[in-house]
Amino acid sequence: MSSEMATAPAGGGGGGSASATHPRFSGRSLQRWELALVVVLAGTLVFGAAESPVFLTTPTIFYTGLNIGLIAIMALPLTMIVVTGEIDLSVAAMLGLSCTVFGYAFGHGIDVYLAMLIALAVGVVGGALNGFLITRLGLPSIAVTIGTLTMFRGIAEVILGQNEVTGFPNSLLVVAPIGGTQMAWTFAIFLVLAVIYGVILHWSPIGRSIYAIGLNKETAFFSGIRVTRIKFCLYVISGAICAMVGVLYALQNNAARYDAGTGLELNVVAVVLFGGVSIFGGRGTIIGVVLSVLVVGCFDEVLTLINVSQEEQNIVFGVLLLISVLVPNGADGYHRLRRRLQRGRTGVAAPTAAPP
Amino acid sequence: MPQRADGAPDAEDASHAVDAGRGPDPARPGAAPVLAVEHAQKSFGAVQALVDGSIELYAGEAHGLVGENGAGKSTLVKVLAGVHLPEGGRMLIGGQETVLRNPAASLDAGIAVIYQEPTLFPDLSVAENIFMGRQPRRSLRRIDRASMERQVRAVLDRLGVRLDPWRATRGLSIADQQIIEIAKALTLEARVIVMDEPTAALSAAEVARLFRVIEALRQDGAAILFISHRLDEVFASCQRITVMRDGRWVLTSLAGDLTPDDLVRAMVGRDLVEREAGAAAELGEPVLRVERLTREGTFVDVSFEVRAGEIVALAGLVGAGRSEVARAIFGVDRYDAGSVTIGGRPLKRGSPTAAMEAGIGLVPEDRRQHGLVMDESLERNIALASLYRLARHGLIPAHASRLFAADWAQRLQIKYGRLTDPVLNLSGGNQQKVVLAKWLSRKPTVLIVDEPTRGIDVGTKAEVHRLLVALAGDGVAVLMISSELPEVLRLADRILVLREGRLVAELAHDEATEEAVIGAAAGLVSAVPA
Amino acid sequence: MNAAAGAPVRIAPAVRSHRLAETLARFRGLAIAAVILIVFGATSIKNPSFAHSTSIQEILTGAALFILLAVGETVVIVTRNVDLSVGSTLGLSAFEVGQLYTHHPHTSVAVALLVGIAIGAACGAVIGLITTVARVPSLVVTLAALYIIRGYVNVIGSGIQIEPSSVPTSFQSIGYSSILGVPWLFVIVIAVALVAAYGMRTFRAGRELYAIGSNPEAAALAGIPVARRVFGAFVISGALAGLGGALFLAEYATVDATGGSGYELLVVAAVVVGGVAIFGGSGNVIGAALGAILLQVINQSLVAVRVSPFWDSAIAGALLLAAIAFDRLLSTRATRAMRAKGGATYVE
Repeated sequence: MSSEMATAPAGGGGGGSASATHPRFSGRSLQRWELALVVVLAGTLVFGAAESPVFLTTPTIFYTGLNIGLIAIMALPLTMIVVTGEIDLSVAAMLGLSCTVFGYAFGHGIDVYLAMLIALAVGVVGGALNGFLITRLGLPSIAVTIGTLTMFRGIAEVILGQNEVTGFPNSLLVVAPIGGTQMAWTFAIFLVLAVIYGVILHWSPIGRSIYAIGLNKETAFFSGIRVTRIKFCLYVISGAICAMVGVLYALQNNAARYDAGTGLELNVVAVVLFGGVSIFGGRGTIIGVVLSVLVVGCFDEVLTLINVSQEEQNIVFGVLLLISVLVPNGADGYHRLRRRLQRGRTGVAAPTAAPP
Repeated sequence: MPQRADGAPDAEDASHAVDAGRGPDPARPGAAPVLAVEHAQKSFGAVQALVDGSIELYAGEAHGLVGENGAGKSTLVKVLAGVHLPEGGRMLIGGQETVLRNPAASLDAGIAVIYQEPTLFPDLSVAENIFMGRQPRRSLRRIDRASMERQVRAVLDRLGVRLDPWRATRGLSIADQQIIEIAKALTLEARVIVMDEPTAALSAAEVARLFRVIEALRQDGAAILFISHRLDEVFASCQRITVMRDGRWVLTSLAGDLTPDDLVRAMVGRDLVEREAGAAAELGEPVLRVERLTREGTFVDVSFEVRAGEIVALAGLVGAGRSEVARAIFGVDRYDAGSVTIGGRPLKRGSPTAAMEAGIGLVPEDRRQHGLVMDESLERNIALASLYRLARHGLIPAHASRLFAADWAQRLQIKYGRLTDPVLNLSGGNQQKVVLAKWLSRKPTVLIVDEPTRGIDVGTKAEVHRLLVALAGDGVAVLMISSELPEVLRLADRILVLREGRLVAELAHDEATEEAVIGAAAGLVSAVPA
Repeated sequence: MNAAAGAPVRIAPAVRSHRLAETLARFRGLAIAAVILIVFGATSIKNPSFAHSTSIQEILTGAALFILLAVGETVVIVTRNVDLSVGSTLGLSAFEVGQLYTHHPHTSVAVALLVGIAIGAACGAVIGLITTVARVPSLVVTLAALYIIRGYVNVIGSGIQIEPSSVPTSFQSIGYSSILGVPWLFVIVIAVALVAAYGMRTFRAGRELYAIGSNPEAAALAGIPVARRVFGAFVISGALAGLGGALFLAEYATVDATGGSGYELLVVAAVVVGGVAIFGGSGNVIGAALGAILLQVINQSLVAVRVSPFWDSAIAGALLLAAIAFDRLLSTRATRAMRAKGGATYVE
């Protein structure tokens, strides 16, 4: 009777060097992470207020929301996907593709609302492609989404080339804050979605299923959870939402280009991981991601106010990403180091390996 | 030498104190032990896995190590393998005090460990698996493939096995993988070979082959440490036996000086009352009907039925297709032809959801991989199959989930700290109870249990048996797969025997004997009682 | 000793199924080579000037850097990791070597190359350290590194452009001269690939890389120094990317802060198309090199056939998807075949 050899970890991790098992989190330690984020948020606000007199003013709140809004929205479906132990690196490329399709359609005279629907349809199809390859064919999600990322960008490039489409109807340009408030439209959409996602992930059967899939998808399947269907739907939803973000991008900037959102995948992944969602799957909360969005958004804004360039900000995002995975692993590593030092000190007899 | 009775003030133990092996095996007087562990201690956080781990191995002996789950056997093995560094006590190898800081050191010291699940490299060849890290080299430190092939063929010859040295190990059976592990140990010229539950997944023929290999290794002068829950095998193959309980050494004795009862008593620390299955209760209508179920290459034309209140056992050798049939019924695997009917209604194939809705539950063979989410809490594991039932208006209220889990944990007498503790921390027996709770809480009409007492301690085993009998008494149709004949003979109302994918025999409780079952399972024409 | 005395003989066909796996692997290389020739041939038919030696030279030169990166990427992916920072490392190295020449115009070619390698190796070392010591998944580390390094290059290089005049001809000549009709660039790169291929096959450390990718837990239990090997893999990947940066400068002689952007994804695509399993444990450097050549041939073919080169990315992406789907199909078939045909024959 044959057995399956040591199964590989799900595609999301992209491979750890030594161990592919989950670090041992307890429920407590995750709340610790959210608390830490609150502290960091407070620190960022203080830092921002100190660095720039403009920081705590209302226009800043608006701009912060505006700038982080798109990334924030994309972070929500990605959170679900990462919790199931997979990853989707094609999010920003889908943004670009849908933005391109939207612009192209609109630029060719198609009614703007119809153009939006077409763009959304593209998102659904793209998400379904990801979902199909990953769930039905069982291919590793990191490789698949690198492939679709490249492909989506490529198709976008073919469609629009170097052109840019502008001239979207004024009423739809979401640049201005919502009447009477200081909130950007995109940020408002994010908040609404965050509530929906939060309720689903933390209180619904689907949410529990998603955690189970991330921790042990075989057991989930053996317990009647429709693993394939759920994962597939998550990818389709991700595609659709990223497509919506692509449309929002075009309306926000009043410009549709093929390279819209290039490089944003880093930011989205960083926000998710920084929110305490484990790259290995099975752990993480929406609250954490919301806090992460706030922290990153504010921090980003501070940097812009003190004239740190976009490229330099990328360095910051990279470092944030590292921190978000180093800290939980670091605690682990710190303990291991301590144990190793202790061993050395208590010196249990001379370390001779006796020959057989 | 730690040849003294357990010092703990345990009245029962004192009265059953068996002669704790006063000295080395009479066959080899005066020899020093090849390996000795004295009073090793090891804890993981708050859990003290090893309190007083001690063992002595002599060249040329097969030494059995038995104990319930949680007795500390695995931790002791990991200490020998260099995976864990003990916090107290000492280890002597060849008389010299040694500290094994990592697995490489353990290998260098001549200790080879063969784990229950073979740890091979599926993409690499048999030869590379055997020699990984120690490949023979020629000039300029280049790997010498010719020499490697020669040595691999030689060692496989010694084991009486012909295997292509250059084939990838992916797809090999567990028995073959084990042979490769043993070959690895031989090329290491290991003086100590530790086998952790080696027979768990082997067929009877493969077990016999393994015993011959062990005998041959013994003749060559290696010391074998044989860890198993199957006491009959331990008695059959070992010269001396050590018992551990609760992380401590309890006794060491010559196998001949012990009876199985002595052993069980030492392992459990109390007398066990074994229960017989209840008399055949009122049997209801057939609830589960399987007709001509077939899957290419795995099982063919399997038909049977299970009535309400009946316990039907599926017996057979490993690889006969029993678990596959169960999984096909439940929908985890697909089948090519045939049908499954529940309560008269046909069941959709390949859909666990449909099976669950029809009232079937499956307690899988591998509880760690398929039955439990190890990192999740007790509560979430118990509730895992009932998510939609617990939901109100689409959401699961926290207190409802908690009460549900607590209720079922209590009914099954699961020992735990808090409902939020991960099931990882529970003992094997309690883990199995969690899986049972998960399914029983759905009030199934058909319960399929696959190896319900594998790897769990003697006490919990009895509890599980009682549970199954009670279930049947309540009218549930129970389909039980088990490789343990005593269990099968004790509990089943009817025994169905599978051989190479076909149903070859059906025995009622009264007419079933071990010989009859084994005979049918192995395909012997006439089951001649010994 | 004969352990088998008394065993009933069980006849199971002893199939030489290692041939299956090895044939598939070799087949993969041959298949890619065949596709390369087919694409080349088809393009030449449409555009006869394509079969000219100059365009072949262009292909080889264009592929050279990717081959180099693909070699390093293979070493990493085989261990079940991934290195997404290679493009940025290449860019950093190209820029720094360019700066070196701008301020020290008399640097020798050898030193310049060494500096490039050193810069890359340093980046690889840091990444390797974080991945192994802190046990952070390489996907995350190298993704972060991608942006940190790129950001750093943008910061130090904002507005600066290395001019061809700063780079001495001796160095630039690597980029355009050839030996026996084969561009030097290509020769260097192929030499590196052959050395790497040989090393991965004939030395213990190389085999251990495969073991780590095939079953990380078993590798640790077998006494393999996993952390050290993975660290080494990242250093090699970084060093090769660094070398690639120096060669980039030699080839293009004009570098700004964006050199090497986007390379990483194409490199991963090339490697996977070339038969290296994304989960590690199998595949080889030669296949990866062929994959890189294939992508380059397609790129040039598009130009030659006057299809918009914009299709490049889309095709690369599609190819990557096709490759992994095909691999999965092959491996499930192979596993089923190997399982069915059985393993050990028991001797009486």
